[in-house]
Amino acid sequence: MVARAAILTLLVSLGAAAVLAQDQTAPGSTVPLAPRGQDAYPTYPDPGRPRVIVPENVERPGEQVVAGLSSDSIAITASFDGSEILIYGAVKRETPIPDGPPLQVIMTIEAPSQSLTVWKKERKLGIWINTKRVEVGAAPGFYVVATTGPLDQILRPEWDQRYRISLPLALRAMGGNNQVADVVPYTAALIRLREANRLYRLDQGSVKLVDQTLFRADVRLPANLIEGDYKTRIFLLRDGRVIDVYRAPIEVRKVGLERWLYRMAFDQPLLYGLMSLAVAVAAGWGASGIFRKLRRA
Amino acid sequence: MQIYLPIAEVSVNAFTLVGLGGVVGLMSGLFGVGGGFLITPLLFFIGIPPPIAVATGANQVVASSVSGVLAHVKRKSVDFRMGWVLLAGGLAGSSVGVWVFTLLQRIGQVDLVVQLSYVVFLGLIGMMMLQESIRSLRRSRNPTFRKRLHQHNWVHRWPMKMKFRASGLYISAIPVLLVGLAVGVLAAIMGVGGGFIMVPAMIYLLGMPTKVVVGTSLFQITFVTAFTTLMHAVSYNTVDIMLAVLLIIGGVVGAQIGTSLGARLRAEQLRILLALMVLLVCGKLALDLFLRPDELYSITSGAR
Repeated sequence: MVARAAILTLLVSLGAAAVLAQDQTAPGSTVPLAPRGQDAYPTYPDPGRPRVIVPENVERPGEQVVAGLSSDSIAITASFDGSEILIYGAVKRETPIPDGPPLQVIMTIEAPSQSLTVWKKERKLGIWINTKRVEVGAAPGFYVVATTGPLDQILRPEWDQRYRISLPLALRAMGGNNQVADVVPYTAALIRLREANRLYRLDQGSVKLVDQTLFRADVRLPANLIEGDYKTRIFLLRDGRVIDVYRAPIEVRKVGLERWLYRMAFDQPLLYGLMSLAVAVAAGWGASGIFRKLRRA
Repeated sequence: MQIYLPIAEVSVNAFTLVGLGGVVGLMSGLFGVGGGFLITPLLFFIGIPPPIAVATGANQVVASSVSGVLAHVKRKSVDFRMGWVLLAGGLAGSSVGVWVFTLLQRIGQVDLVVQLSYVVFLGLIGMMMLQESIRSLRRSRNPTFRKRLHQHNWVHRWPMKMKFRASGLYISAIPVLLVGLAVGVLAAIMGVGGGFIMVPAMIYLLGMPTKVVVGTSLFQITFVTAFTTLMHAVSYNTVDIMLAVLLIIGGVVGAQIGTSLGARLRAEQLRILLALMVLLVCGKLALDLFLRPDELYSITSGAR
């Protein structure tokens, strides 16, 4: 807290007092961006949100998902340290529970996609150099899959292909000018590196399903989230086939001081650069002054 | 206490950053170098993206060198004329460096070039400093040896001669400009002030007296790193002020402690200590280049 107070003091001297006041109104990480009334919580059922109909099931929409999120927006404050989101819901049906293999649920949370390049090092003249690369047109910055059971047992490959649920399929649009014949080791490395950073995750068995009707899952979002509109998908499955999909957005936004600095860095880069310098010069000057006084005393 | 950095978009422990700044500030107060050559690799290590580490590192160096240069101006140990010529070279070098940095980023070789430059420069300078300080340590034990004022070498035969009164030198401006240029390029590519290159270059290449070297290099470093920070902020939006503030808080305190500590130690011993540390960092980076890395793959954002 000492460090934070010191930063705040420095910024106050630069005239950011108004922004700070705003920052302190949102101390938690999952505080909604705008105050909402009782009627807006929980977020289901939302009549304004179009239902996704699985084409094969139009004639037999026997089971449907109704679901909600503990919060549909995440505010990134200066003290943001990750966030926990509770996704819960129920299966709506007009007929008794069908016989056969039990119902399964898969949830995914996906951050906005970005293009990136995966490099591989090779030994050249005795040193290790990035030589070959594969460009990935769109890879989500964060992706988590939560399921009721082992993914390969509850989801058939052809349905995985269609909805791009599993991690390798969530990466899309390989660039055209790749220099390598086999891109698989590169995408595998991308997934491995991001899994190590907790950015990609497969939480098998983390969705709790009660009596094939009620389900819930707690999904931990990491501290190094990027801003953007996140997508949540909830799939109902029977016998490896998707029978219903529910989608909901999560808005991740920087607020307060974070937002102000971020916007300024991009909207007024010169002013921002000068401000950074002013802070540096003031700190250097101030410190030498203070220490000189201390030494004399 | 975790803190979310708005530009780097990562959450890190605030105390780690203050501590990091403190250690680096201590070195800078002790040895008269900016400490950027330590802070940038350390920022990589705690997970700050390289472009942001480099740009913010430059901003941190501004703070520590302002603090240092003020003390030297008071002691009249700054050769302003030399400083301005170095600065002219430095600003040109910094513009070139920022441009080279983007180019390298696009072809995916930033890490390699930064590491290679660290290994080459740190290795050369570490060896030179170690050799010189061991020699002068021997000399001080053997009082019959007389030291020449400075040696005349190839630098004194070039055209465009200028008088640098505070340094007591009459030498060509070209090598001075070149030293400034080289340091400017390094400042932009490596996120360092370049003091660890400039101080030895001024002593051994230009033959400047040691008493004005540190003040003059800090004077030039202040302006070059300020310019680099602005260039990075305007062109690539990679300066994270929150990160910079935390590093600076640690840095300025560390620098002051380092300065008072430095006054109590002997100059030769300090130089040996710095030389050993420079060689240590160099050795670590060289090993990373030559040994097979644990992870052959790496990710950079954006595609061509």
